[in-house]
Amino acid sequence: MKQAKKYLFSRGIDRMFIDAKEAFEFSVRFFRDVFRRPFHAGEIIHQSFEIGIRSLSLITLTGFIIGIVFTKQSRLPLEEFGATSWLPSLIGIAMVKALGPLVTALICAGKVGSGIGAELGSMKVTEQIDAMEVSAINPFKYLVVTRVTATTLMVPLLAAYFTFIGLYGSFLNVRLEESTSLTVFYQNAFSSIGFIDLYAAVAKSIVFGFTIGIVGTYKGFNATQGTRGVGRAANQAVIVTMFLIFIEEIVIVQITNWMRF
Amino acid sequence: MKKLQKHTININEPVITIAGLHKSFDELEVLKGIDFQLYKGENLAILGKSGSGKSVLIKIIIGLLKPDKGDVFVLGQQVDKIGIKALNKLRLRIGFSFQNSALYDSMSVYQNLTFPLTMNIKHLSRKEINHAVDEVLDAVGLLDKKKQMPSDLSGGQRKRIGIARTLILKPEIMLYDEPTSGLDPITSAEILDLINDVQQQYNTSSIIITHDLTCAKNTSDRIVMLLDGQFSKAGTFDEVFLSDNEQVKDFYHYNFID
Repeated sequence: MKQAKKYLFSRGIDRMFIDAKEAFEFSVRFFRDVFRRPFHAGEIIHQSFEIGIRSLSLITLTGFIIGIVFTKQSRLPLEEFGATSWLPSLIGIAMVKALGPLVTALICAGKVGSGIGAELGSMKVTEQIDAMEVSAINPFKYLVVTRVTATTLMVPLLAAYFTFIGLYGSFLNVRLEESTSLTVFYQNAFSSIGFIDLYAAVAKSIVFGFTIGIVGTYKGFNATQGTRGVGRAANQAVIVTMFLIFIEEIVIVQITNWMRF
Repeated sequence: MKKLQKHTININEPVITIAGLHKSFDELEVLKGIDFQLYKGENLAILGKSGSGKSVLIKIIIGLLKPDKGDVFVLGQQVDKIGIKALNKLRLRIGFSFQNSALYDSMSVYQNLTFPLTMNIKHLSRKEINHAVDEVLDAVGLLDKKKQMPSDLSGGQRKRIGIARTLILKPEIMLYDEPTSGLDPITSAEILDLINDVQQQYNTSSIIITHDLTCAKNTSDRIVMLLDGQFSKAGTFDEVFLSDNEQVKDFYHYNFID
């Protein structure tokens, strides 16, 4: 007679803990392999191009629109206090400290993370990853390390680009109402930003980029059950990445605030 | 269809030796004590129903799966006991043709062929790479498909390119996983001819995993039947299918023999 399988808590909760442990081991393996030869520099450049250049149009559009909308929405309350001159500083703080890294990461989680999950998931279920392994090619190094490195490098650059485009959108909106130059606007926007804020924004973007890469590759690399599994890998890559990004955002903001005082 | 031509089999030189091999997935025991040897120059067909563990067996041979128990020696090395570097070196001497070809669908045929070559052999000139590609494409009769993407190829062509991709590293052993599955009879016959041609041209020893008796009959020197996780019968085609074993008889009667 077939024995019922015993679980520590329940099937779902046990699976969650096992998944977390495996994802942790997967990340450890990344750090172990990233400094080992071969480095596949060509593939890292190719993936960086795929992730960076192909996300530019969406990042540009979103950053520009957010810059304009945020300025429009902030102007009225500031006008009530006669403090519209603070508008560039307010937009600068919002863009650099929060919106730039966070919105860029969320866009990349949806566009890049799901793409990585689906691509690797499809390679897994069609035995392309096994084909690499039997050809004596390390699929972890070629597929995972290159993609995670590329997302870790590109998300901070995209976040910086998003911030500048957002501020430019804001500048155009401010220019409609007041006479100001781009240089003065950017100077005012960055006047309330300290080194620690920039450091935190860059650190956040690096962590977000790493999360997008590692979750996408982990979900894809462990896809099962054919095409259904590919869809699930892409979907879970987005959900898990976004969840982790929000937690990381809270933790890094908290740490930055502690460091400030 | 071409028959497998006479060739030398060296029974004093086993290239694969498997003893007491067991493999389970959760409670399901797939392989229950497999013993066999593949000799140099021999083509061995392993027959069995779908889900009988045939593919698991060759995945253990190439080191994609680990056995639960038993010894697996390939070209003198114990596959499950050696490190990853030694295993990768060994894998360069083994060709693995996947059931669904497993071509890299983001790469062209040319890139599919050069990928394992350039990743494993450094400092090859463009001329040497192109020569190697042309040689294997010529061997599988698809010289004109170099620039095509895998999605543009038919099932038979994909199988051929999959075989070409393994041949580019000049393997000593070929492992074919269901080489004729999903193909029409004419294309199947062409793939069987190709398996025999590969044996002749590259002097390989091969394991052909199949449930297709026509394939087994035309490509192998020896056949073994995998039934209920064990090898039940081994020998030439006639020796196996003149057996009194009911399961072997059933297998024979449900297959079409030309």
